[in-house]
Amino acid sequence: MSQLVQADTRDAPGMPAAAPRRSWAWLGVLPFFLFALAFLLLPAASIAINSFFDEAGNFTLANIAGLAQPFILNSYISSIRLSFVTALAGGIFGFLVAYAVTIGGLPGFLRAFLLTFSGIASNFAGVPLAFAFISTLGRLGLITVLLRSGLGVDLYRLGFNLYSFWGLTLTYTYFQLPLMILIMAPALDGLKREWREASENLGATNWQYWRYVALPILLPSLLGTTILLFGNAFGAQATAYALTGGQGNLVTILISAQISGDALHNPGLGNALALGMVFVMIVCIGAYTWLQRKTARWLRS
Amino acid sequence: MRKRHFWPWVWVVLGLLYFFVPLIATFDFSLRARKGVLSFDAYANVFDDTFFYQSFTFSLQAALLTIVISALLIVPTVYWVQLRVPRLRPVVEFVTLLPFVVPAVVLVFGLIRTYSSTLLNSRAGGYSLLVASYVVLSFPYMYRAIDTGLRAIDVRTLTEAAQSLGASWATILLRVIFPNVRIALLSGAFLSFAIVMGEYTIASLLAQPAFGPYMNLKASSAVYEPSALAILSFGLTWGTVALIQFLGRGAPGQTQLGGVR
Repeated sequence: MSQLVQADTRDAPGMPAAAPRRSWAWLGVLPFFLFALAFLLLPAASIAINSFFDEAGNFTLANIAGLAQPFILNSYISSIRLSFVTALAGGIFGFLVAYAVTIGGLPGFLRAFLLTFSGIASNFAGVPLAFAFISTLGRLGLITVLLRSGLGVDLYRLGFNLYSFWGLTLTYTYFQLPLMILIMAPALDGLKREWREASENLGATNWQYWRYVALPILLPSLLGTTILLFGNAFGAQATAYALTGGQGNLVTILISAQISGDALHNPGLGNALALGMVFVMIVCIGAYTWLQRKTARWLRS
Repeated sequence: MRKRHFWPWVWVVLGLLYFFVPLIATFDFSLRARKGVLSFDAYANVFDDTFFYQSFTFSLQAALLTIVISALLIVPTVYWVQLRVPRLRPVVEFVTLLPFVVPAVVLVFGLIRTYSSTLLNSRAGGYSLLVASYVVLSFPYMYRAIDTGLRAIDVRTLTEAAQSLGASWATILLRVIFPNVRIALLSGAFLSFAIVMGEYTIASLLAQPAFGPYMNLKASSAVYEPSALAILSFGLTWGTVALIQFLGRGAPGQTQLGGVR
């Protein structure tokens, strides 16, 4: 039967009529690849290539070396620090919530509700998210005002500032936490009842079950998802930009300043800056994919 | 048994507090536009603003265009890969995952560098670049949704049946394949919609009058309206995700993971 598909190829997209032997089938995916080439691969490649050339078109490593300047290095460090802390906070907190609604023995409606809400919250980011946190913890925010008038605690006098590192951390966690819940819930569901029963039959305590059975199985997934969260925060721009008004010292904000007004006064350096981001993201996504595959082996069979 | 449920309750309550306090605070703040009383004045002001409609319809149009182009690119490609060139599958999958590796701000940086002296010279060119980059952003979600959807049906048998009835490739795609993946297509489409509607980074750097930049601009000129806009955006996201989950009942492999920040 499959010859029928082979034979009738007259109207195939981009397929010449007289080519029965030599396969031209790959031409069918050409539109997709051309589009990806024009609007994704070529721009990405141009960044990578231009990182190694100066304005006169000569090969140079100066742009890459330029990344070691203190203010660029600092922007990488604060981006990495912010991503690391929010990935860890969202990761641990998200795991605990996912655990509670999956195998924590809570009423079923909580699970449905929290998973649905996580689907929304993980997509609720950027400018509106920044507004939400300004309304909550900004100088006139609900919590700030309630604490000041109710308890006499002035958050801002205590050194808290929504527009600083910890404010950004609190805000970013709002989209990190639900992502963790969404990915961890199925993994926790995959823990087989038999494993728990077997370890209980062998006299294991609850702690021993988690320490020697459940956590080792979940560890690659936990680690992998935390790394994914890291990348998720690392590439974020809009939330930080809206919150700090473009004043934050993060790599994404530095790149957008470079785009709108050559803030670095060196186009090559801008390319190297972007290339550095892609490099960090490749490491993250690569590690995530690898770790996720390791868990899948256990949870699927 | 009681004791065992104590900690799960603690985590869930903490999670709910963290999720809902900012929403409640935002809603509360959005009602305070008139001094002394709670009112919907901020919302009325938003709806009275012509720029609100302009930017909203601008983004709506961009989102619809994005979905149509993305569907027209991805559905035939996934179909063709499953039917005829399965060895290209890893390559296609890799390309559709690339937007996760290239952050939006880097993508737009590369696009501006590549097209600064060609496409970006005209108004229409800037708009096409905006839509093109949204199409790229939608790739991971569209691909995963449609790939799952197409795997659930027997593509080969359907194609052969259609061919033996004399259908052309265009007929097969439009009248057999598209209708069969419409649920998967819709969930991918709504997810792309949710991402595009409030997108800020790309739109602002390409200087496009979209909804995201409008919201950000509003923050510098108004006090209560931004909160109203945040609530409206949340409602929009909620509606979109609710539709995705409604459509995806029982369908496996739903992708609803985060979008562009």
